[in-house]
Amino acid sequence: MAKQKRIARPVSLLVATRKGAFILKSDAARRDWKVSAPIMLGVIAHHLVQDPRDPKVILFSARTGHLGPTMYRSLDKGRSWKEAKSPPAFPKVVAEGAKKHVLDHSFWLTPGHASEPGVWYAGSSPQGLFRSEDGGDTWQPVAGLNDHPEYSKWMGAQENGTPDGPKLHSVLVDPRDRNHLYVAMSSGGVHESLDRGATWKPLVKGLAVVEGFPADQLYVHDPHCVRLCPSNPDRLYQQNHCGIYRLDRPGEEWVRIGDNMPKKIGDVGFPLVVHPRDDKVCWVFPMDGGTVWPRTAIEGKPAAYTTGNAGKSWQRLDKGLPKKDAWWTVKRQAMCGDARDPVGLYAGTTSGEVWASRDQGKNWRCIARHLPEIYALETAEL
Amino acid sequence: MRVTIPSPLLSYTNRREVAADGGTLADVLQDLERQFPGIRFRMIDEHDQIRTHMRFFVGSNELRELRTPLDAGQTLHIVQALSGG
Repeated sequence: MAKQKRIARPVSLLVATRKGAFILKSDAARRDWKVSAPIMLGVIAHHLVQDPRDPKVILFSARTGHLGPTMYRSLDKGRSWKEAKSPPAFPKVVAEGAKKHVLDHSFWLTPGHASEPGVWYAGSSPQGLFRSEDGGDTWQPVAGLNDHPEYSKWMGAQENGTPDGPKLHSVLVDPRDRNHLYVAMSSGGVHESLDRGATWKPLVKGLAVVEGFPADQLYVHDPHCVRLCPSNPDRLYQQNHCGIYRLDRPGEEWVRIGDNMPKKIGDVGFPLVVHPRDDKVCWVFPMDGGTVWPRTAIEGKPAAYTTGNAGKSWQRLDKGLPKKDAWWTVKRQAMCGDARDPVGLYAGTTSGEVWASRDQGKNWRCIARHLPEIYALETAEL
Repeated sequence: MRVTIPSPLLSYTNRREVAADGGTLADVLQDLERQFPGIRFRMIDEHDQIRTHMRFFVGSNELRELRTPLDAGQTLHIVQALSGG
């Protein structure tokens, strides 16, 4: 029987920027890209994510200047947008003297389990977890985390968070079990729930913290990006403030695989991308974490690094990227991969460029420039 | 009462001036929410606090409390404070 040739489909990128959203669309070869007009120009776009269970649906978490946070939904693959009826918000606190959390923005969006159409999770700043059961139109706080008695101990004071506000991010749903969730918090560490968010257990053993801080206190833990391997949900990778790690469940101790990075590069960074079909492969984009934490490409020479053996060794991937004088970096949500073979990689920069590789990072090409600062990139099929 | 709308909120009202009813600032904002769903949360947070850069004026008097009484003959100006350069 003749082998059927798989038809390659174009890839789209949902680009969230400090000044609105954009959509990049490729041809089938992923060679030519077209950039859309701005979507809601001026709105701070934190994350846009397509629903894999219902690809017509895209959610868009946003904030606008001095206005409060909100969420937009598209039910027609990004052609039109409508505000959610009840966007994420912390419950109203009436007790005198009680701590009041005011939602600054929804930072991270994750579609729920395949068996739960319409379920979404949102991670917020300050740290909070919210769930929608109706495709993102109305949202409810996940009380098991947001009202946890240890909340203040886990998250610390707001000023302990990242420079633009402490965040809950990396909401991961185990594809085998809709009740099995992970979240990460900057600050607050990595946590696991086996009962759909009702109870949580910290998962920080083996993770380093900034020298001088007490590692047994969760609020000093700063995971930057945690990813679960789709091909092996028992394997997690993490880019942390203090290194790159791997965790193989049911183990509970993270292994610092960033120690195998070249010493002059180190293992500080924000984003991490996992291979869709090979749990031994991931990519990171290191940055300068020296002295005052410039958070730029190291020596102005941007490069991705990849491992093909679960972190035992790393290779530099910089062909096509600027050789010098490039002082941008890639934020934690601004690097992603597609599902094609070879995997396409995409990195959005703080200087408003999108770089793409059609061959798993071996060769890079700039496919968009002069956009606003890029906060997040996600692939989509539009 | 007449209510003037700042430009960042025009996506809700589509016009600079609207009418809303209510005996207090809270009531008027509730009536705006009824007419233009979603608009209130952009100005007032989940604990009924006025967001940091939102301002409400009647004439030159700034209203800092949601319980401030209002009169139907007055004009409420909703203003977004200037900041950020």
